[in-house]
Amino acid sequence: MSRAARLMLGALRVLGLPVLLVAGWWAWSVWRPSFYVPSPQRIAAVFGDVWLTARLGDDVLPSLVRLLAGYVLAALLGVALGTAIGLSGRLRAATEPALEFFRAIPPPVLVPLIMLVAGLDTAMKVLVIASGAIWPVLLNTIEGVRAVDEVLSDTARVYGLRGPARLRRLVLPAASPQIMAGLRQALSIAIILMVIAEMFASTSGIGHTVVLFQRQFQIPEMWSGIVLLGLVGFLLSLAFRALERRVLHWHWHQRETHA
Amino acid sequence: MTGRDAAYGAAGLAVLFGVAEAVPRLGLVSRDFLPPASEILRTLGHELTTRQLWSALGDTMSAWALGLAIAFVLAVALGTLIDAVPGARAATASTVEFLRPIPSVALIPLATLLFGADLGSSLLLIVYAAFWQVLIQVLYGVADVDPVARETARSYRLGHWTTLRRLVWPTALPYVMTGLRLAASVAFILAVTAELVIGSPGLGLRIQLAQSGGAVATVYALITLAGIIGVVVNLAVRSLERRLLAWHPSVRGEAAA
Repeated sequence: MSRAARLMLGALRVLGLPVLLVAGWWAWSVWRPSFYVPSPQRIAAVFGDVWLTARLGDDVLPSLVRLLAGYVLAALLGVALGTAIGLSGRLRAATEPALEFFRAIPPPVLVPLIMLVAGLDTAMKVLVIASGAIWPVLLNTIEGVRAVDEVLSDTARVYGLRGPARLRRLVLPAASPQIMAGLRQALSIAIILMVIAEMFASTSGIGHTVVLFQRQFQIPEMWSGIVLLGLVGFLLSLAFRALERRVLHWHWHQRETHA
Repeated sequence: MTGRDAAYGAAGLAVLFGVAEAVPRLGLVSRDFLPPASEILRTLGHELTTRQLWSALGDTMSAWALGLAIAFVLAVALGTLIDAVPGARAATASTVEFLRPIPSVALIPLATLLFGADLGSSLLLIVYAAFWQVLIQVLYGVADVDPVARETARSYRLGHWTTLRRLVWPTALPYVMTGLRLAASVAFILAVTAELVIGSPGLGLRIQLAQSGGAVATVYALITLAGIIGVVVNLAVRSLERRLLAWHPSVRGEAAA
């Protein structure tokens, strides 16, 4: 098969089904126009007007900043606490049932509670995001730190590696694949909580605006918001994958040479 | 878990309870924000005697079970189909990778519009969120079938159905169970979320009403209850997993150890 043909085939594989689906949606909306489901063309037309003008600075950016702040807070706290708990067998045994319980609480129910305590401002939303996103990071870090290879651990001890150097050179790198897995789960929870916190009580943000459109029956605008949230989720997961590939580069490399 | 670990765990819970009791009683945090732990448990005990709470729980759990079942059946069917049709996996990969990270809560306005504060809204969110968890695992699972075993099945002229039942399904089952476990907890989260934000009847709506009524102890009590249900859901799916996979080396090894 020639290179051009292979490229064509690859493009067909990646784009074929999405194009078919959008075309099907478009055909359906022409054939059976529905008030609730506008055509993709109409949604694309309002998308630019709605999100790429004043709302970009007023709603989209503040949402993303809060998301990032809450996520980073959860990541730092989760890794720090998780390392401390994971290194001590007793501490781990003592905290395990309590952590299982906290993890099982559906994070969105914390929104009303934190609203009660912290009011309605930005701090509340950051807190909501952090309080839900911390659990997967914390639990995965504990597991990762606990499961450090014993031979490596003993070797490090023989070479007198201890204190911060042991943490930096042995424990954290060994736990990093598991920590990254936790961070990945935390990312999708953080997005969910950002949207819910804004829907619940807010005067700005993507979630707030989308609900506002829905209440005012601005249907194409509402759909454009759903598309925007979808894009945010998709792009953040792409960005995370790039970060993961960078951080865990050595890990995959090592696995390949061993296999 | 050894007996000593269990003792440590119980001690940890006791410390947590003690701190949650002492902090508001000593006035470190206002009781309006955090009532003492004993008061929260008392309120929970009282709530558990009311009919409204049990009917709310029934609403939540039936939305959870129904949504999870629909998502599971759809995902397993679609996953098996993608595996069976040549080239389907490559053709669907980009679509799956694009749709999967879309946060299901983005569909809340659409659900409100189409179904209002009703079971349909909860189901739409639950099914969307749980579907991807199962589908991804089914796809991993069917891809894991040993090529030699597949060739052998073909040499013996096992039909489509027999291959599916005797070879593909047993190989994929551990993956499918992982998907079910993830989907079960995600479905519970979304069930409560739909009630909380859209106002479908259930536990989430009761939390929201308690919060807007300023009944702080009730809010804490219901959140505690939600956590307990979450733990029970996790344990139940895990024990189902162990029973269905009792023959599988990963579980057999665990039992022997």
